Amino acid sequence: MSKTILEMKSITKTFPGVRALNNVSFQVTEGEIHCLVGENGAGKSTLMKVLSGVYPHGDYEGDILLRGEVQNFRGIPDSEHAGIAIIYQELALFPELTVYENILMGQELTKGLAIDWNETIRKATEMLKTVRLKVNPEMKIKDLGIGQQQLVEIAKALCKDVKLLILDEPTAALNEDDAENLLSLILELKKKGITSVLISHRLKEVIHIADTVTVLRDGQTICTLDSKSGDVSEANLIKNMVGREINNIYPPRSHAVEPVVVLEIKNWNGYDPKLGRTVLKEMNLKLHKGEIIGIAGLMGSGRTELAKSIFGNPDRYHLQGELLIKGKKVEFKSPRDAIAAKLAYASEDRKGNGLILIQDIKSNISLAKLERISSRGVTDQNLEVKFANEFKTSLNIKTPSVEQRVSNLSGGNQQKVSIAKWLFVEPEVLILDEPSRGIDVGAKFEIYTIMNRLVEQGMSIIMISSELPEVLGMSDRIYVVSAGRIAGELSRSEATQEKIMHMATQ
Amino acid sequence: MTVHDLQKALNQNIREYGMYIALAVIMLIFEITTGGLFLQPGNIANLMNQTGYIAVLAVGMTLVIVIRHIDLSVGFLAGFLGAIAAIGLTTLHLPVWLVIPAVLVIGVLAGLLTALPVAKLGIPSFVASLAGWLIYRGLLLRSTTSTGTLNIKDETFVALSNGKIPDFLPKDALLPGLHILTLTIGVAAILWFIWADIRARKIKKSYNFEVIPLDMQIIKLALISIAIGYVTWTLAANNGMGWTIVIMLAVVGVYDWITRQTVIGRHIYAIGGNPEAAELSGISVSKVTMLVFGSMGLLTAVSGILLASRLQSAGPSAGAMLELDAIAAAYIGGVSAAGGVGKVTGSVVGAIVYMSLRNGMNLMGVDESLQYIIRGGVLALAVIFDVATRRVKR
Repeated sequence: MSKTILEMKSITKTFPGVRALNNVSFQVTEGEIHCLVGENGAGKSTLMKVLSGVYPHGDYEGDILLRGEVQNFRGIPDSEHAGIAIIYQELALFPELTVYENILMGQELTKGLAIDWNETIRKATEMLKTVRLKVNPEMKIKDLGIGQQQLVEIAKALCKDVKLLILDEPTAALNEDDAENLLSLILELKKKGITSVLISHRLKEVIHIADTVTVLRDGQTICTLDSKSGDVSEANLIKNMVGREINNIYPPRSHAVEPVVVLEIKNWNGYDPKLGRTVLKEMNLKLHKGEIIGIAGLMGSGRTELAKSIFGNPDRYHLQGELLIKGKKVEFKSPRDAIAAKLAYASEDRKGNGLILIQDIKSNISLAKLERISSRGVTDQNLEVKFANEFKTSLNIKTPSVEQRVSNLSGGNQQKVSIAKWLFVEPEVLILDEPSRGIDVGAKFEIYTIMNRLVEQGMSIIMISSELPEVLGMSDRIYVVSAGRIAGELSRSEATQEKIMHMATQ
Repeated sequence: MTVHDLQKALNQNIREYGMYIALAVIMLIFEITTGGLFLQPGNIANLMNQTGYIAVLAVGMTLVIVIRHIDLSVGFLAGFLGAIAAIGLTTLHLPVWLVIPAVLVIGVLAGLLTALPVAKLGIPSFVASLAGWLIYRGLLLRSTTSTGTLNIKDETFVALSNGKIPDFLPKDALLPGLHILTLTIGVAAILWFIWADIRARKIKKSYNFEVIPLDMQIIKLALISIAIGYVTWTLAANNGMGWTIVIMLAVVGVYDWITRQTVIGRHIYAIGGNPEAAELSGISVSKVTMLVFGSMGLLTAVSGILLASRLQSAGPSAGAMLELDAIAAAYIGGVSAAGGVGKVTGSVVGAIVYMSLRNGMNLMGVDESLQYIIRGGVLALAVIFDVATRRVKR
């Protein structure tokens, strides 16, 4: 009886080499709360970007229908005009401006040519009441807590006369009280006739609030579950989120993990002064010689932060706790110290902070330990070429020469250069952050083979990965990180995708 | 070799050759418009001496821009350092072998001072160096107001910008009227160029990289040899090379070697290319930043000394606008605002292009106001050309 307010029909979106959305369809009934769940990379954000016009009409296949009418959004303004408002995890507020300025941003009330500030403040105050945010509208955004900022964003959306509100991980950065507050607000808005689509990892919240849940996996719609039918349970959701077959595409390994602890953190805490919150909470972790430990968890759970905090703390967190390398307590003041202690960290964002794209392969490979190719500060370029060529062969980097600019390489080969760079420093502990992100199957297998070879030769590896099959296929032990904590530890034999996902969504 | 080959080679290497072609075109235009005055030996020597103190500054500025910073204070700092030298030599009667090193050291310290807030506190270099601009302006005025413009009489000091290098054979001993040492240096330069170019070609070929057709390479080398040869000959016929050129070549030679062959050079370009990746690779961004600004300070001192030497005095407005000339020269020479790109040799050629414009327009008697407009136009064209060709290459 209720009408369908939104239908996304057979949406397919392809990026070079990757099909992010494959024939995705789902419907949202007017006035309901519809949740989208799926693991990292399932396609939720991409789908919402299609809906909100970030990927305009023409950049995708399929149709968006609002109340039965096909929409051709050319950009965000078009979707906003149609009554769709999307609120991202990274809020789009202006920290130095006041609450009322932010709420009315983009739809200023004017009296002639000038802004009518009285009206603005009045309207803003009204909106604040609706979202039950008790703050002075003259306060600056930067002085509000994140939970309050979230509510300001919603107030902004309501001001735009929103019909369909989309929230991307709204409670991810909130504490319990703020999260509860937000969820009850969404329920209230439902009473006012506003339809909400929520993307969330917090399955308990999803179960509590959703009328309907759609599960995405690997860019496809798996199922749509109706809460009234009783299908929406944590076990059922997890089963659908991860329920894929694990193909045996992982090379076998023949080595024994030695009982020597090469790296350990005890009661590890990290506070990020820039974000103003604690990102690492009471973490304890051990790495043995010859071992591969997998660090699983959802995006934003703190895994990269953990890795960087160990590797010289470049983001200057306030750290507490102990870091022990081979049993000795150490304190690294910079990545340089960590490299000297035989650690290596291949970052997840190789283009952003891993490689220097405008430089060639050989220069990138040698950068972290130029001492190996120089004497008394003068570089030996022939030696550098020699090393680079060795890596080109051993890692099978597909390039006509090591003088090739890294920006010209494919993603898989860039990743291999990144790995080569960190093998060049001759580490004993190698931290790989998302080693196979954005890489084709063939190159992935090569990287796994290399990893096995390295541990057989005595190296120890920490592998951060969002791909559950990879974590299960390559790790000797698995730590699951959730919201800055170690939620659990699993051995290879006892681990399953469901168990990991369960711990990750706590 | 066909016209097609020529076109293809130009398209592929347009960025590298663009500047040299522009320089040749500018010189040709001026030769015509000044009725042959431009390329007269006297003028070439003059041009070289004028370029010296800008080129040195441009070399230092290249590295600063490479690491994504800027230093606006170098103009008046150069003037102020020149004034210190003048005071040391005239008022304090200190020997020149004490004054010059002292001024160099003060220059380095000034550079480090500018870098301190930038490296340690993250203050934008634009603001820090702008503060420097104002402060050095004040210091320059203070040091020259009471005495007025200081005249420098010290022979050694004055010879730096006005004197010529000695010859190792008495005049007219070998070739009449020609300075032997200058010729030797010129010939050596030509031979070095040819050797370096051929070696680069060999290395490229061994990596299966594309090289320009052999006959084109020969023409290119021939043109360069003729250019260097002509300049050398005019200088040799005019009592030899000035010390300025020697200093300029030494600075460029050393800095070119440092940027291409040393670990610190790698660190500098890595930071410019991707500061976060550099930090994660174990490079100390703050230390390298201090070093680059310290080097800028050192070269500013060299430039200040050359300037004071050239004018044989230090006045209250010495060095005004020099920073803009240096920045313009660096950008004409191919440095990129995005960071991580730019050769010091390019900046020197950029300085020559920039000063040729000034020199030629002076010979033509072009009004100063028009000169500014034209210089600005050329700078804009150079940067637009740079960005446009960068995009095409992708």
